[in-house]
Amino acid sequence: MSAVRRTRGRTLEFKDVHDGGGPLLAVEDLHTAFRTTRGTVRAVDGVSFELQAGTTLGIVGESGSGKTVLSRSIMGLLPPHDVLRSGTVHFAGHELTAMKPSELRQVWGAELSMIFQDPMTALNPVKRIGKQITESLLLHLDMDKKEAASTAVELLRSVGIPSPEERVRWYPFQLSGGMRQRVMIAIALACAPRLVLADEPTTGLDVTVQAQILDLLGDLQRERHMAVILVTHDLGVVASRADEIIVMYAGRIVERAPADTLFHDTHMPYTKALMESIPRLADPAGTRLTAIPGRPPDLIHPPKGCRFAPRCPYAQTKCLEAEPPLRTAGSPDHLFACWFPLVNGVSTAPAPVAGNGAAATTLPDGPGDTATATAQAASGGTDAAAPGSGDGPTAGGETEAEA
Amino acid sequence: MTTVSDTVPGTDDLVLDVRDLVVEFKTGRQRVQAVSGVTFQVRRGETLGLVGESGCGKSTTGRTLVQVQPATAGTIVYRGEDLTALTGRRLRQLRTKIQMIFQDPISSLNPRRRVRDIVAEPLVIWGRGTKAERDQKVREMLEAVGIDPDSSGDRRPQEFSGGQCQRISIARALMADPELLICDEPVSALDVSVQAQILNLLADLKERFSLTMVFIAHDLAVVKTVSDRVAVMYLGKLVEVAGSDELYRQAAHPYTEALLASIPEPDPDAQELQPALSGELPSPLDPPSGCRFRTRCPYAQERCAAEEPPLREIAPGHQVACHFPLHGTPAPADQAPAPT
Repeated sequence: MSAVRRTRGRTLEFKDVHDGGGPLLAVEDLHTAFRTTRGTVRAVDGVSFELQAGTTLGIVGESGSGKTVLSRSIMGLLPPHDVLRSGTVHFAGHELTAMKPSELRQVWGAELSMIFQDPMTALNPVKRIGKQITESLLLHLDMDKKEAASTAVELLRSVGIPSPEERVRWYPFQLSGGMRQRVMIAIALACAPRLVLADEPTTGLDVTVQAQILDLLGDLQRERHMAVILVTHDLGVVASRADEIIVMYAGRIVERAPADTLFHDTHMPYTKALMESIPRLADPAGTRLTAIPGRPPDLIHPPKGCRFAPRCPYAQTKCLEAEPPLRTAGSPDHLFACWFPLVNGVSTAPAPVAGNGAAATTLPDGPGDTATATAQAASGGTDAAAPGSGDGPTAGGETEAEA
Repeated sequence: MTTVSDTVPGTDDLVLDVRDLVVEFKTGRQRVQAVSGVTFQVRRGETLGLVGESGCGKSTTGRTLVQVQPATAGTIVYRGEDLTALTGRRLRQLRTKIQMIFQDPISSLNPRRRVRDIVAEPLVIWGRGTKAERDQKVREMLEAVGIDPDSSGDRRPQEFSGGQCQRISIARALMADPELLICDEPVSALDVSVQAQILNLLADLKERFSLTMVFIAHDLAVVKTVSDRVAVMYLGKLVEVAGSDELYRQAAHPYTEALLASIPEPDPDAQELQPALSGELPSPLDPPSGCRFRTRCPYAQERCAAEEPPLREIAPGHQVACHFPLHGTPAPADQAPAPT
């Protein structure tokens, strides 16, 4: 892949980072907050990580954990008003956070692209899919219309769409959900970006189609040596597909480790709880799932101390008072934020504090305070799927969606 | 045709008996069959899981069970009465016994009404009880589903999360004391953590209110967790019916095997059972000849295109519609399977 492509009207040049060493993406102390009438919602609250070229990072968390806002903050797809942002995002030698919109437009699609959760709303319903693919080819790569059209057909073929010569003339509504997601992937990969952010790319899809789409993404990634950030609420989706996994809770990273380590040596009780809430085929029918009691906290007034403590079965007085830093123990690439991390699946905490963990386990998805509930309402369980919130990159409803 | 009733002891506790159900839709000049001859039974206290991909007809089947979607042919007998032959008042009365919860919890609640009124509505419609009695029952049901009636009763759906809205929908469905609850993808729009909460809640409520359930979903792992028996549906037909554990241990239909292989295991070392299913569901406008799954089946043979495999029993309580099942004996050639 050529490091620098000469393209029409382009003023930025991108370093070929995977030759020169250093990370492709470096996020440092990123904060994103939304000003609302109820107060400031700190959706992303001090997140730092690095991503090497060609690797896959999974970002996992519940609705309201800030994972969608984080991916949009990296892209620079945030509403223009009432957003408070700090921290930096370095991508291939450029600081995205300092870029003007006109510069960002040279990055989007060309070097950095995004696959959205709902392909029906992300695709333009009144444009033929071929046209939606050639758009970025004409803009970023110096292609003429004919060349772009044949590239579009090739792209559709590479994402597994049968008879692509015919399908380029179809409209999104003529395709099934899985096919639409394939088209989205074709659009995202059209200009051979170095990094693709996939925000819940398979959440609305059947399990069979989900497996197909994830396999496709993996194959294309290996072929093209792209880096992928896979954002999801399901640890099962990233388990065998990500090199490294970040678990987010209430706007912060609570655990970060290579996938193997995360699953085999889980330190954070929240990560363990997320794993246990997944129904497993091997369990006999009627097995009771281990649900996480309660809901993620209100990000306007996050709890003091560890933010997961109110729902944690092992929480101690210390957890409720002091916030645990993101630290390492043993291996340097395994970070976690917990005062009493799990070791071999067993908590290092003394006996649970009476009235916290025990009470929490009997508390179902109980009524929270109004503020939490309102913020949650917009997120509607699947991030930005709530009616009226819209799924556009900078829809106004997003302001509260992950709050 | 072999039916499940022959294999489960006792027939007096049959709640639902669906036979040869066909549902057709008109699309312009053509007619498309969403459900093409489905037969199954549901017994008292049982949860039957109905699983399949989008477009396989599982939701249409569910909607037909509550008669929001009329059946084109076949019968749906609920406690001895054929719902497809009923109209008017009697059908409405029986419908209180069969309630449904839907996939999208937020859009299935009226956004302009208060939670208290939404949940009370079934009783208001039927004029049951006094205002005070209704209020009492609303409190009970909201508490049963884990929603605080005092702080939440006067709020509106948009103030709640997806999981909470699903709880409210469940409370509403339980108000008229139903016997049978049809759950149409009740957790597929929810996070895994919330999904676990709702699945546990449904299990508790089933126990507490002695419910019988039909649980429709596309994720076999979810279906298996909650169901006693699972019916796998493909392009309008049942391809395999078995006890949940049996289905997992000894999937006989290649489609069931593929569905099992598609489920992501939360374990980085998990080996993929086999390549996931390729292609998509064929159009129900023009279903393949013979076995409908043959176009995607890795084991398809000539016979599969020529002859449609009937649903036959290969083990007690385990039925499969396949000429060459992965377990059990191949179907005898040129003859329908012997009725049990």
